[in-house]
Amino acid sequence: MNDDPFSHDILENPDDFHRRLRDAGPLVYLSRHDVYAMGRYEQVHAALRDWQSFESAAGVGLSNFRYEKPWRPPSLLLETNPPHHDAARAVLSPILSMRALRGLRDGWFADAEHLVDEIADRGLLDAVTDIAQVFPLRVFPDAVGISEDCRENLLAYGDHVFNAFGPSNDLVAKGMSRIAAISSWVNSQCARDSLATTLPDGHPTFGAQIWAAADRGDITYQQAPMIVRSLLSAGVDTTVHSIAALLYVFAANHDQWDRLRANPSLARVAFDEAVRLESPVQTFFRTATRSIRVGDATVPDGKKILMFLGSANRDPRAWTQPDRFDLTRDPSGHVGFGMGIHQCIGQHVARLEAEALVTAMVKRFRRIELIDTPRRHHNNTLRAWESLPIALTT
Amino acid sequence: MIGRDTEFDACAADALTLEVSAKAIIADGVCQLTLREPGGHRLPDWTPGSHIDVILPGDRVRQYSLCGDRWDPLIYQIAVLREADGRGGSLYIHDELHVGDRLRTGGPRTNFALVPAERYLFIAGGIGITPLLPMIHQTQVLGVEWSLLYGGRSARSMAFLPQLSYYGDRVTTWPQDEKGLLELPTAFAAQPAGTKVYCCGPAPLLAAVEEIGADWPKGSIRIERFIPKTAHAPVRDDPFEVHLQRSNVTVTVPPGTSVLDAVTTAGVTVLSSCRQGICGTCEIPVISGTPDHRDSLLNDDERARGDCMLVCVSRACSNRLVLDL
Repeated sequence: MNDDPFSHDILENPDDFHRRLRDAGPLVYLSRHDVYAMGRYEQVHAALRDWQSFESAAGVGLSNFRYEKPWRPPSLLLETNPPHHDAARAVLSPILSMRALRGLRDGWFADAEHLVDEIADRGLLDAVTDIAQVFPLRVFPDAVGISEDCRENLLAYGDHVFNAFGPSNDLVAKGMSRIAAISSWVNSQCARDSLATTLPDGHPTFGAQIWAAADRGDITYQQAPMIVRSLLSAGVDTTVHSIAALLYVFAANHDQWDRLRANPSLARVAFDEAVRLESPVQTFFRTATRSIRVGDATVPDGKKILMFLGSANRDPRAWTQPDRFDLTRDPSGHVGFGMGIHQCIGQHVARLEAEALVTAMVKRFRRIELIDTPRRHHNNTLRAWESLPIALTT
Repeated sequence: MIGRDTEFDACAADALTLEVSAKAIIADGVCQLTLREPGGHRLPDWTPGSHIDVILPGDRVRQYSLCGDRWDPLIYQIAVLREADGRGGSLYIHDELHVGDRLRTGGPRTNFALVPAERYLFIAGGIGITPLLPMIHQTQVLGVEWSLLYGGRSARSMAFLPQLSYYGDRVTTWPQDEKGLLELPTAFAAQPAGTKVYCCGPAPLLAAVEEIGADWPKGSIRIERFIPKTAHAPVRDDPFEVHLQRSNVTVTVPPGTSVLDAVTTAGVTVLSSCRQGICGTCEIPVISGTPDHRDSLLNDDERARGDCMLVCVSRACSNRLVLDL
């Protein structure tokens, strides 16, 4: 295929391209970027789990680290293979587990109530800038141990990190002027001295727990700040856009909001269904570690393969009525958080943020209504909203 | 070749019933088992130092370290020492288990992870070599300096000597009938700062290593200690009941059906993702009853506490579980 998946046309609405990609076969060559692509659920799901054949250490963007120097030191989690991947994953996994997060649950639910109090009487607002950006930027950096100052840098940093997985197009160029300063700020936040050690309730911060793992010898002192950096790169924009996606699909599907009001315990299911449908992380690359046959085609050793998570999550071969937002569906098994050893390690954090927020909102508001045309935010990797003008009806 | 692992639900029903695909005696009293998923699907990923729970007839649970190659996703390998005066598990494996038989398993999981170090000293006593083998392979991949001190009753009883001979003088074998007990103080004294020691073997060896390494920096001495589960309720292979407190629904879970599937069939949606006990998405608080943990995620303390479980793979020891659902 000759399409450029990073063009503004496709970033604005990838549905038609995804359909053609899936219909073209289990493995498709994208000539514009000299890469291969998978758009069907079956192959994407299998390839994400097969780290032996589809590696991450050559980078999960278009740039091939076998031949090109990465723009920043590669992530210890995202851009590594076993065995280098093991220690960071083993340390972070229990810190971000559902068991560990139970200690944050009450606080985040209370924070969500506060936010709802603040917006309840405003009536008209922007779901992106007034809700989806606000809540994660409050609770998540708190949990990591980041100070209050300049937190908005995290949004710009994440936006650039996710643009940089694509080709050097205008979206990457747009971030270049500020990225050196912002990277330097982010790196400084990862130092032990910069991180708060405890939350007001005494719960140790994620950052402090990561550094404590270095004290135990489970990771090195050089690795600790890099692992904190992973939280800051991957844990903010993704959650912001997931929450915006959730609010958008509710604004567009009033019957599903009514269903949630009748049964608020569907909040977690609703979030995963929104992640399936909108796939805030649309794509990641892998690199073939050998010549790999997929269907009737072959990926040569060393070639990049673009995994279309968003397309897989709407593949009619795997999902019934895939374009519908439906709370009676069990979205389990979607690849919106990836799958396998590199699956989003912060997924339980994202779910808890969304559950807290939407639970507070559904108790208070009868309806979320779009009052103007929403605008997309283009990013080479993320499916995002720039603006979602809404009215909240109490 | 991908495509073999296609169906999302193919591995769901009873994820961890494995088939013995090969069995071989590899040293005096040591047999090696190769296990595969009967449908030929990928097995859950693991890291060096991991073990699996093997559930033997009579619902006895035994833990064995994985000693194969993690780059092969289709098989697990374990090596089992025949212990005539043990609790009977190894005798069953040696004498009664055949190629083609099936075993219920749990995990894999690890209490013995290989953490970064400038150098490693591996110390194995007898069958304690098993978790260290994948660590050694991995250390080679990482290009970190290492040495192995490997003791056993006699050279004939020591498994994996041919494979280890490949590594030349990094490996010191120490058959007791020829050389006596391991000379641990000498081995420790030869180590530069920044070394981490990994030891697996009989209890007296572990105690000696801990004693000699008592002054070493925190986290430098890492030992694998399998504690037989004494207070643990026996696992079961018959139906049990699960009550969902918030939904006020009770379901019966027959053998071969996961709690997740039984609950979902009863109309209560539980989010899940990997369905292999790895990702933790389906972790549910347990209000009462004793879970039979089969996941790769919970540590020993969390298992003993029994206040949550991963319903995609874990089951019940008690007749009834009450879940916060």
